[in-house]
Amino acid sequence: MQTRLEAPATEPLSFEDTGVTVSGVARRFAAADRARGPVLALNDVSLSAHRGEVLGVLGPSGCGKSTLLELVAGLQEPDAGRVAVCGRASGAERLAACAYMPQRDLLLPWRDAIGNAALALECAGVRPRQARRRARPLFERFGLADFERSMPGELSGGMRQRVAFLRTLLAGRPALLLDEPFASLDSLTRAAMQEWLAGALATEPRTVLFVTHDVEEALFLADRVAVMSPRPGRVVAEIPVPLQRPRPRRETVTDPTFIELKEQALRALEC
Amino acid sequence: MLRRYGPPALLLLAAAAAWQGVASLPSVDDLTLASPSEVVQALREDWSLLLDNAGVTLVEVLLGLAIALVGGVAGAVTMHLVRPLREAAYPLLVASQAIPIVVLAPLFVLAFDYGIGPKVAIVGLICFFPITVNVLDGLRSVEPSLLKLMRSLGASPLAILRKVELPASLPSFFSGLRVAASISVIGAVFGEWAGADDGLGRLVLLGNNQLQTPRVYAGVVILALMAVGLFALATLAERVALPWRRTEGAR
Ligand SMILES: Nc1ncnc2c1ncn2[C@@H]1O[C@H](COP(=O)(O)OP(=O)(O)OP(=O)(O)O)[C@@H](O)[C@H]1O
Ligand SMILES: [Mg+2]
Repeated sequence: MQTRLEAPATEPLSFEDTGVTVSGVARRFAAADRARGPVLALNDVSLSAHRGEVLGVLGPSGCGKSTLLELVAGLQEPDAGRVAVCGRASGAERLAACAYMPQRDLLLPWRDAIGNAALALECAGVRPRQARRRARPLFERFGLADFERSMPGELSGGMRQRVAFLRTLLAGRPALLLDEPFASLDSLTRAAMQEWLAGALATEPRTVLFVTHDVEEALFLADRVAVMSPRPGRVVAEIPVPLQRPRPRRETVTDPTFIELKEQALRALEC
Repeated sequence: MLRRYGPPALLLLAAAAAWQGVASLPSVDDLTLASPSEVVQALREDWSLLLDNAGVTLVEVLLGLAIALVGGVAGAVTMHLVRPLREAAYPLLVASQAIPIVVLAPLFVLAFDYGIGPKVAIVGLICFFPITVNVLDGLRSVEPSLLKLMRSLGASPLAILRKVELPASLPSFFSGLRVAASISVIGAVFGEWAGADDGLGRLVLLGNNQLQTPRVYAGVVILALMAVGLFALATLAERVALPWRRTEGAR
């Protein structure tokens, strides 16, 4: 029984347990150039992440990863298929159930770090003062205690990304949708941030859809990785990662299982 | 300080010296070109007259600017929120800039009488455009992905306006304000030329008719100083209001 619970990919999930389900979703965009037909960004995409699971979405550039996240977030509607978060399918309900972290940090340059994180609470109707007070403990817990009053212009890329992530956490939604959160960072900062995120998710478990085009990043952070094909994006492989989270980096990346999974993911990306 | 104000000051001095040289040529009539020294003398002799009239003009300019500021910001926000209105009004707003203010001024004086009204209206009219257009551009400059983020955080359109769009539009608002401040003085002068009892513009026109060339130049110098002063005030206000722009620039 226990093992069945830990291998949820094959489990038919009831809506209460299900974090995010995407089934048979297609999305097309009108081409900027009228002469050509519409662009099919996603075609028959199905995937799911159960409650508390971190699902990595891996795919080449332009395969529709951001589009997929925006669909789940309720910022777009699919042309075909169905998207549900916590069993709710309407756009407004998905908006209310997801916290979306876009590809760039998008901090407001006129607010200090804590003010930026507190924005999530302010949008939920909390008064600014109180919102700052509620954001403060998170700053201490996630290694930002001395940077509360710094302006975004004074923060490093990694710090900015942390603040953006805290803002996402403070939205207090059951599902987190992270769009290449570390793509803009150098590789050292990036490795540090991956560990930081793994730690943060261990203390604040959420259902996470995590988009990346970095194979190692996906395998390091996720419980399961969905590999997408080039446009029109489809899920071509699902790779469960049977390693305990959070994972110690050095042991993990040299682990034979990890290396085998990496091979598998790279092969899936090639076809 | 020296690096910033040194070069323009030097250029100004050089220009004044050249001006003085040309004006003292025997072939140059004193009535067409007053020399800088004559202008300084006129400034000294007519100081209280100039100052009184400058005060009148300054009030016209400030009132007109204030009206343009309130109207421009309100107009821009309304056009931003009501898209059909923006699509209808924006081209007309641009077209309105083709109307020469010189032609409008006498009509305004006819409509509003001789007092301060038409001057304020003209200043307001010419300052309205740069403020409205800049604020509108600023409001629309917010990145689509930031708007998506705000929507996903559950922000209402009004909250997005207050927390993101308005603060984001402040830099371009101040650009608009600087342009408005520097052209506002011209508006007041046109207004006074169309009919007025006092004001620097009228004094300059009168001086011209009465061949008091040095006084005309003195008036022009004060008008220019007024415009520069307003421009500097707008710049200072921007620095005080937007301290975060400096840390941003440092990146
Ligand atoms: N609003 C839109 N209008 C038209 N085409 C769009 C729109 N959004 C996305 N597309 C197209 O859909 C495809 C997928 O875009 P998307 O941004 O989702 O890709 P991605 O996998 O996130 O890429 P990247 O890794 O570069 O971020 C692209 O070809 C893109 O041009
Ligand atoms: Mg993307």
